[in-house]
Amino acid sequence: MSDISITINGLQVKAQEGATVLGAAQKAGIYIPTLCHCPDLTPEGVCRICLVKINNKKKLHPACRTPVQDGMAVVTDDAEIERVRRVTLELLLSDHDFNCLLCSKSGSCRLQELVNRIGYDESRLNRLNLVAKNLPIDNSNPFFSFNPNKCILCGICVRTCREISGVGAIDMAYRGYNMKVSTFGDKPLKGSVCVSCGECVERCPTAALIPKEELFPTRRVKTICAFCGVGCGLYLGVRGNKVVRAKGDRISSVNRGGLCVRGRYGYRFIHSNSRLSSPLVRAYDHLSSSRKINETENQDKPLTAPLIKQKDRFVEVSWDQVIKYVASTLMHYKGKQFAAFSSAKCTNEENYIFQKFVRTVMETNNIDHCARL
Amino acid sequence: MTNSISEVAKAGCIFVIGSNISATHPITGRQINRAIKDGAKLILVDPRETMLFPKADIWLRIRPGTDVALLNGMARVIVEEKLWDETFVKERCDGFEKLKATLMELDPNLVADVTGIPYDQIAEAARIYATTSPATILYAMGITQHSHGTDNVKALANLALLTGNIGKPSTGVNPLRGQNNVQGACDMGALPNVFPGYQSVENSTIRKKFEKAWGCRLSSSPGLTLTEVFEAVDSNRVKALYIIGENPILTEADTTFVEKAISHLELFIVQDLFLTETAMLADIVLPAATFAEKDGTFTNSERRVQRVRKAIEPVGNSRVDWEIICDIARHMKAKGFDFESPEEIMEEIRALTPSYKGITYERIDSVGLQWPCPDVEHPGTPYLHKEAFSTPNGRGQLMPVSYLPPAESTSHEYPLILATGRSTFHYHATLSRKVAGLNVLGGGESVEINPVDADALEVENDETVKIISRRGTVWAKAKISTRTPPGVVYMTFHYAEMPTNVLTHSALDPIAKIPEFKVCAVKVEREIDYRKEFLGWGHGKSAPTKS
Repeated sequence: MSDISITINGLQVKAQEGATVLGAAQKAGIYIPTLCHCPDLTPEGVCRICLVKINNKKKLHPACRTPVQDGMAVVTDDAEIERVRRVTLELLLSDHDFNCLLCSKSGSCRLQELVNRIGYDESRLNRLNLVAKNLPIDNSNPFFSFNPNKCILCGICVRTCREISGVGAIDMAYRGYNMKVSTFGDKPLKGSVCVSCGECVERCPTAALIPKEELFPTRRVKTICAFCGVGCGLYLGVRGNKVVRAKGDRISSVNRGGLCVRGRYGYRFIHSNSRLSSPLVRAYDHLSSSRKINETENQDKPLTAPLIKQKDRFVEVSWDQVIKYVASTLMHYKGKQFAAFSSAKCTNEENYIFQKFVRTVMETNNIDHCARL
Repeated sequence: MTNSISEVAKAGCIFVIGSNISATHPITGRQINRAIKDGAKLILVDPRETMLFPKADIWLRIRPGTDVALLNGMARVIVEEKLWDETFVKERCDGFEKLKATLMELDPNLVADVTGIPYDQIAEAARIYATTSPATILYAMGITQHSHGTDNVKALANLALLTGNIGKPSTGVNPLRGQNNVQGACDMGALPNVFPGYQSVENSTIRKKFEKAWGCRLSSSPGLTLTEVFEAVDSNRVKALYIIGENPILTEADTTFVEKAISHLELFIVQDLFLTETAMLADIVLPAATFAEKDGTFTNSERRVQRVRKAIEPVGNSRVDWEIICDIARHMKAKGFDFESPEEIMEEIRALTPSYKGITYERIDSVGLQWPCPDVEHPGTPYLHKEAFSTPNGRGQLMPVSYLPPAESTSHEYPLILATGRSTFHYHATLSRKVAGLNVLGGGESVEINPVDADALEVENDETVKIISRRGTVWAKAKISTRTPPGVVYMTFHYAEMPTNVLTHSALDPIAKIPEFKVCAVKVEREIDYRKEFLGWGHGKSAPTKS
């Protein structure tokens, strides 16, 4: 593709053939406000915020959908464009539930940003019929909720679901003022074909789609997802000693920022209440005896040591105790009578160390893992 | 995988067999969507109607366990209609004549009969695969978890070799690995027959190298595979078992037997995050740390070694796995376990594993490298077999395989085939079950049954039914759906409450020793509550009317 030259606001700008006006402007560092535009998705041009004037014609064009042409003269800002953008924004605001102080998106909301950039005429906004839609909030999904009262119908979620996730669980339904994003048959999200990957939540410009129970992290750590074998790049958001968020890593060639439901929300097992917090030893007998007494086999034999037989009861012991105990007991099981399973969940280093331990210390090749399951 | 995940998006033809990819590997599934958007053809082979079905150009609804017959049928069409890549086969492969002879003996009608797919559809799929380039094969446990899984993979390899769809970008025979580091665990020699880097324990030069490096004598006889270990435990040949991060009580086939075998153990150590169903049976349970609590590397499906970083301190009094093992080893007076950090361990791995030699923590800091990476200048290998195959003579071997029926066949008493798989919301048996939200979405165990079978059994939707195999019984809600073909029922295996693997058959593939999870004969019965249904006793009301 060859380079062509256009002018934006009187500045000479080089652009690639096939690029959009928006793309060319962004590349040249010229700001055009957008709302329904998302770099990962095909532009739809529904929000009419990115309107620009081309070759001084009266009709305004959406910059995100207009391809560049050689010698094109683009104006991104003048009194008329400003006025059109302002009215468009006011119409979006007229039925928006803008309780910004209590909104968790406040600060990162694209609509809020545009209000600051473009501004609005208060008296005109007041004249518009300010009736909040008061539609029910869909809380059925355990990871995110959908509040249609904060939705601006930009369609990013619909396109994301179709183009990125390939699911198509949601689309625009109803007409005119009643239009809303809806699942098939207007059922709750949980009952739909939605796979809860959260890609739409990630891209929603307002607080219409918002994750539940997520704290803001104070630092982030780049790592790899621990679920399937795809190995998606991941950023874990950490607050204190707690992982509170997971985000896809855009640099990763595997997932390019995308995640599935397990990757995005599955990290919560880390702080599950059922995590083991201390080494456990079965409360069959005291620590020095290595043998588990088989009830049926040993019925007739005299007891040699006092036994506390409590099925499924463990006692907590210290690491020092348990390591010494394991080490001394394993001494008796070297060779073929020992077997070990390593884990496909552990790191390479741990697998290496474990097979080395089994081969060198336990003197056997009886080491395997769950590749076959 | 022979090729990279990102290459899938650029393929001309994608052949998905035995994988519910959109549910189990959603991110790889998105690459398929991208390829289809650019005009790629999709061939889908699955008995179940998976989420990819609406996008498939051709969907072959195969009878479970008859993959070899289908793949041989496809190969026959490719040979018969001269669609094979003559130059590729001549230059790089051996055994074509023998394969051709075997294929020509096949009876097309028999193939259609066995697989339950009309032969012209098989031929159509073969034509699409052979004529659209580059073509890639993606498969998962639907191919391998059979008593003849190795044959299935060989049959796939034959197709790829015949059409020259290997050793080039966006081609290949690509198994989608199920666990995050199952590739790495194999690479690191957590296998009974090989040292790290797939170096055989039976080869004396290799053994000498490791004996020198580790400073001890090493056994030359391959050990027992996971599936064989329980046999050995049952017959008291193995007396002590040490398991890290695994829950065979739920994930092994025929778990009743596994549980019985474990009761014979003298010493049973489990190192895990949770008190799993398996850990409950242990003598000693060691609390380990999660991936967010340690440094190290994972190797993904496409052989990419990537950095895992510690985000938080180990929760509670848990400890990182490698530290626990090193500690035990040191207490047993073993040498060579004095490591300060995972990076030091990696240095030792690099020294002993040729394919990891060029992989340092510094180099994989931001994106990771794909092995083989033989030196620190090497850029990694996005796809394998570019120049030569990893056979002694460097040439691809076309191997005739013949169809064998699954180890367990349906009978009058057990007329249905049970196939198991993963759901979108759960992962295996433990991790995802600890996430409340995923449990809400997962919904619980259900058995998917075709309306034809449901009608015959008079089963209604959401009714609890009994699923009985020769080995055990479980209860689950019936989900009547045409997704599953008649004669087949489908269940997941995520739920400890209803352990599906009580049912499954532990017949093993003779080479890979993988159990046949995908085919086992079962019967489904209504759980009739006679009191409720006929008499109306015990409810304090009049007999409820059956709706």
